[in-house]
Amino acid sequence: MLHTLLRSTGERPGIFSGGIEPEMSKITAHAPISTSLIAPIYILPIKQHIGEACTPIVSIGEHVFRGQKIAKSQGYVSVPVHAPTSGKVVKIEEHAIPHPSGMGLPSIFIEPDGNDTRDESLEPISDYRERDPAELRERVRLCGIAGLGGAVFPTFIKLLKDQRNPIETVVLNGIECEPYLTNDHRLMLEMPKAIITGLDIIMHMVGAKRAIIAIEDNKADAAEAIRHELDRMPEMEHVEVRLLPTRYPQGSEKQLVQVLTGKEIPARKLPMHIGVLCQNVGTTRAIFDAVMRGRPLTERIVTVSGDAVPRPGNMLTRIGTPMRFIFAQHGLEHFQEVHLLHGGPMMGERLKSPDVPVVKSTNGLLAMHSKTMMDAHKVEQPCIRCGHCGVACPVNLVPNLLADQCRNEQFEKAATYNLFDCIECGACSYVCPSNIPLVHYFRYGKGQLSQITRAKGFANASKERSEAREARIEREKAERAAKRSKVRTEHMPKPVDENPTDVKSSAEKDDVSTDAKGDES
Amino acid sequence: MIINLSSPHIHGGDSVRMTIISVILALLPAAVVSVYLFGWLAFLLITLCMVACVATEFIALRMMGRPATPVGDGSAALTGLLLALTLPAYIPWWMALLGSIIAIVLGKQLYGGIGYNLFNPALAARVILLISFPLNMTTWIIPMHVAAPMIDLYNFSDCINLFLFGPEAIGRTLDAITMASPLGHIKTEWSQGIGVTEALRNYDYSYLDAFLGREAGSIGETSALALLIGGIYLLARHTISWHIPFTYLTTVLVLAAIFNMVDPAHYAPPLFHLLAGGLILCAFFMATDPVSSPVTSTGRIVFGIGCGILTWSIRTYGGYPEGAMFAVILMNCAVPLIDHYCRPRVYGR
Repeated sequence: MLHTLLRSTGERPGIFSGGIEPEMSKITAHAPISTSLIAPIYILPIKQHIGEACTPIVSIGEHVFRGQKIAKSQGYVSVPVHAPTSGKVVKIEEHAIPHPSGMGLPSIFIEPDGNDTRDESLEPISDYRERDPAELRERVRLCGIAGLGGAVFPTFIKLLKDQRNPIETVVLNGIECEPYLTNDHRLMLEMPKAIITGLDIIMHMVGAKRAIIAIEDNKADAAEAIRHELDRMPEMEHVEVRLLPTRYPQGSEKQLVQVLTGKEIPARKLPMHIGVLCQNVGTTRAIFDAVMRGRPLTERIVTVSGDAVPRPGNMLTRIGTPMRFIFAQHGLEHFQEVHLLHGGPMMGERLKSPDVPVVKSTNGLLAMHSKTMMDAHKVEQPCIRCGHCGVACPVNLVPNLLADQCRNEQFEKAATYNLFDCIECGACSYVCPSNIPLVHYFRYGKGQLSQITRAKGFANASKERSEAREARIEREKAERAAKRSKVRTEHMPKPVDENPTDVKSSAEKDDVSTDAKGDES
Repeated sequence: MIINLSSPHIHGGDSVRMTIISVILALLPAAVVSVYLFGWLAFLLITLCMVACVATEFIALRMMGRPATPVGDGSAALTGLLLALTLPAYIPWWMALLGSIIAIVLGKQLYGGIGYNLFNPALAARVILLISFPLNMTTWIIPMHVAAPMIDLYNFSDCINLFLFGPEAIGRTLDAITMASPLGHIKTEWSQGIGVTEALRNYDYSYLDAFLGREAGSIGETSALALLIGGIYLLARHTISWHIPFTYLTTVLVLAAIFNMVDPAHYAPPLFHLLAGGLILCAFFMATDPVSSPVTSTGRIVFGIGCGILTWSIRTYGGYPEGAMFAVILMNCAVPLIDHYCRPRVYGR
């Protein structure tokens, strides 16, 4: 009741509206990070981030070192891909990536030579405070770092020191509100120093004066570890560790900023527009490795969990490792009657097969028995309009009305009900007593709406083109008519025929010929 | 089974069936009190309505060629229970049967079944019965424990004879075993020029009796206590939200208090309004029916206030003594409009 009252009062730090408290099942919270064995093969898709795909720059048979760039970025929103170990490029061909459709992407296959020799071409930068932020930013880009929380947006783009939108506060996101996942938890617990130094690098790059490390209270030990480390670094006294009550989806950027600052990120704006920069703790460690040790992003921590995994745990895994190889190290070898998830159970994707590689966005690999999955025995029933979905929605949508509109193909109406503000957290589907896959409808609606908008843009463009053409024809016709009448008046002082229809018909004849010409060209 | 590759992949475990069962559980205290007050008559009425509703739903689904699985969700049984609780203890059996059929066929299946009905089916059926049979629907059996009864309602054979064959079968006239409800009484007295204070005095009205349920009225509506127990259970279980019951009851109380202060002879006191008739049943069980009420919190507040204003107005100025069910039915019509205009402010906008 108190919670409801507080929530309804709007802007207030510590609270975001809606949200749920799912069974957290963090069974791997006490499992120390282990290190994966070298896999027999590594598969590196050329696009593992949001943005444009990379171009391979190695050829088949070429020997590569660990950390060597093997695919270069193209365009601004893109980061390169690096070899996870030393070995030989054996083939470059399409291979399935972690995606529910089982779709594929061109991938580089590397067969390890077993020596795991590093490419040492990047110098460690230990005096980062003396360096130009632009130089560090280039380092972060070169090292292929993308948001490791799961969104994989190229990190260097966010690390821009922008005079128009100065960053006041850096928020380190150690919330990890997804059930099962514990990779950020273990990282904070076991490598607090790397995270704090990474944070200092970020603060130097964007010129921020203040930082908050946000952690949910089911990870009090991680918060303690970070506080302990901070106490030993007097120069980091402007960094605050904030322990927040556990509530899903607090780790979502919009909700976390609201909780910490009481401010909302305006629609279609970024956190930097209100002076905030959010970084995931895993990404921060990657930045630390890139700057302080000159190591590109070739590994990440993955939580391997779920009730079908005999020995669940957290594992430091090379990017490109086949998932079957990871599961095997945790005792899972047979995949009948087992559902595989890439990411957490609330926002992760269902995988068709374990024969896909770990990519930069892989924060968790879950294997669940069919019976624990949502759809095992459930059938979608009619909505009884109980409104639980609206109460759970962290962005205050009315999910059941939106789902109706998407189902009835009233996409434009859905857009006016703010369909595109949905963050797809899944809280509505989680609480729905009728088992309606609301988020699924929203994804469908968004897809259809984007197509409609594209088609409309195309139609508008061709309409503009045809109008411009008609205007040109009209103008030319008028010019010709003017010229002709001028000729006539010059040569025939007394016009024989002043009937304008004649002029018009001759103009029309011209029009036909220009039309034909126009079509040919 | 649906093949759903889309997240989320886990579910909170809430279900329509559990929601409906919780409402039926919440109505149990009121049902028990109704049997205590009206004996076998209440038992027969509740049984008939529930069985008739479930059977009608089954037959209706079969006739439409649809799978009969929705019968299992318990919503038809709930409709039957709710309908029975809003009926007077004695109405001819065929009227109760007709009401049940109307509730399921006209109130629910014609709209497309569960989730699609515009009105609360039980309430719609009760309104249709009231308009069709105004005399029977406002004839209230004197409950047990009120006065020396002319008929022993705990006697099964008397009750079943009355229920099936009418008062003549047990050698009584209807007038001998019935009395006016408090709301009906003050309305009649007012029409004869007698003020509310006077009318309540000559009715021998007691707030405690009204709270506990020892008064004439529909079998499940008389006991405010039993209904409040159920209502609080539903609130605690989050089956319903506080918005509709709170704003509905508060609006009636505030309106009644203001007008009662202005002219106590004409306008009944607020507590009387609160405890009388079907207000508490409507506020906790009818107006909160999720299907036919708004989905947003703001919408529910608007809905509750609207129900309150209409209930008080119909009771005070209307031709019928009781207005709660008309108020809810009228506000049901406004739900799509309310839903459209009462959406919460979206994050960041």
